[in-house]
Amino acid sequence: MRPSPARTASALADAVRSGSTTAAAVVEESLAAIAHGDGEVHAFVTVLADDARRQAAEVDRRVAAGEDPGPLAGVPVAVKDNLCTRGAPTTCGSRILEGWHPPYDATVVARLRQAGAVVVGKSNMDEFAMGSSTETSAFGPTRNPWDTSRVPGGSSGGSAAAVAAGFVPLALGSDTGGSIRQPAALCGVVGLKPTYGAVSRYGLVAFASSLDQVGPFATSVVDAALLFDVIGGHDPLDSTSLDRLPPRMASVVGDGVDGLSVGVLTEHLDGAAPDVVRRVHEAAEACAAAGASVEEVSVPEVRYGLSAYYLIAPAEASSNLARYDGVRFGLRVAADDVVAMNTATRTAGFGAEVKRRIMLGTYALSAGYVDAYYNQALRVRTLIAEAFATTYRRFDLLLGPTSPTTAFALGAKLEDPLAMYLSDVCTIPSNLAGHPAISVPFGTGDDGLPVGVQLMAPALAENTLLRAAAVVEAAAALVDGDGNAVGVEEQR
Amino acid sequence: MSATEGTPAGRLTRQEVAHVAMLARLHLDDEELDRFTGQLAVILDHAADVAALDLDGVPPTSHALSLANVLRADEPRPGLDRDEVLAGAPDVEDHRFRVPRILGEAP
Repeated sequence: MRPSPARTASALADAVRSGSTTAAAVVEESLAAIAHGDGEVHAFVTVLADDARRQAAEVDRRVAAGEDPGPLAGVPVAVKDNLCTRGAPTTCGSRILEGWHPPYDATVVARLRQAGAVVVGKSNMDEFAMGSSTETSAFGPTRNPWDTSRVPGGSSGGSAAAVAAGFVPLALGSDTGGSIRQPAALCGVVGLKPTYGAVSRYGLVAFASSLDQVGPFATSVVDAALLFDVIGGHDPLDSTSLDRLPPRMASVVGDGVDGLSVGVLTEHLDGAAPDVVRRVHEAAEACAAAGASVEEVSVPEVRYGLSAYYLIAPAEASSNLARYDGVRFGLRVAADDVVAMNTATRTAGFGAEVKRRIMLGTYALSAGYVDAYYNQALRVRTLIAEAFATTYRRFDLLLGPTSPTTAFALGAKLEDPLAMYLSDVCTIPSNLAGHPAISVPFGTGDDGLPVGVQLMAPALAENTLLRAAAVVEAAAALVDGDGNAVGVEEQR
Repeated sequence: MSATEGTPAGRLTRQEVAHVAMLARLHLDDEELDRFTGQLAVILDHAADVAALDLDGVPPTSHALSLANVLRADEPRPGLDRDEVLAGAPDVEDHRFRVPRILGEAP
């Protein structure tokens, strides 16, 4: 069924700031929705009810004292469980970090708190963000709120499902190869992957450091922009953080696309399901109707993105995950000497997909193979970046599907890693190039499940991206599962 | 493993998978070795499209941004609380991480 989302973050924050409701009441409503619905959805690994109530009381105290409680005053937010939260569990969906409490907040979490937002819980994810369905979590899968026999996508499936189910109006995720945008598409919510370096990675548990980026989930484009404005901007604690003024995107969202040039990326249409392709064409027509020039464009180099990604990301992961050795955090399985202890701990603590990726990365970096695989993949990354640079001289934006299909059934791809990886085929190129991209819900497929269309832009062009996303969003409000113009009532 | 075995044309073997598992400090049982060998071979077969490209003269990109080294002023400032950090470790002794013996003989 079509789930009913929470009120928008902007409306909630305005109501709390003006005193027409309290943060305490808003947070109780969110906790009640989680208590009622999360047994079935399992969007959360940990619900932080006591913490959330304390944070809400502090926001209400500030409102009563006449202080500014911040732009997200009292807004409940779900935080992906690979973002460090001081004193609260941060598992990355893995047994190897079970019971570990970080001694500091990630920068994005600290900025949420400063903005008056209330962290209500840690959302479920594929183990160490490795997966496209949230089924590789050691704590069990998350289910899609639209149809609980389907996956929510991944790896940030808990965050996407929490927003789609109406538990929270906003969530944070991370996107290494599509882990914000693909679950956003499959759950029918907005998901933004910002430019690499636009949002601090300090306190984000590393998967593939040259690709990882934190970003927002929301029920609307303007809410996603609002959250991006809060979390973005330079952070001296992240050496890859871009040194520029904090973004102010929420104000440009309504500026339209008149005069912009949009390319429909044909390579991403080729492998997509016909009902998904139809929605992309409708979104393209909406951009044209709003004054953009729209034409199809081919960028053949993106076809190599999937292979390059599944060499580069596992190679970086195999290095990053070497730190889980049973010494400094989380699990230890006792053994007589240190190598046996390391091996026993990692063997017991990591699930199958994490082991596969570590092995793939170790292999791609090992003597005799590093040139054929890893170094070759880095050269392909150059090809893709150069092809995008050429394409973006002609186009302001590229448009295509976010995912080739709507949400698939639980278990359908779990034992076929390559089939699972193929659900990231449209999202990966932006990560390799470090570019921003957004998934916007656009009606449903033939199965009644949500379709997401993806807009892509060159580095730091979040403003054009969000303007176009708002145009697509407005057009999407006029279609239902059959492509008819409708209101907002239940359609299935 | 020789360099000639390492060409992408050669199919991944069970022995190579066992060797890589050892390098990665993972233990795989027989069933896992069989399953992972098949699954990793399928993934590497897919990567053959990239391995086969002629990219002589194309520079590698290890990072999307052109990174410069980042320095900060060398001024003292508080770090993480020692006890809080050690509280997350599986075994500590005298404010240090404790590990089993590293060399062949017990001290």
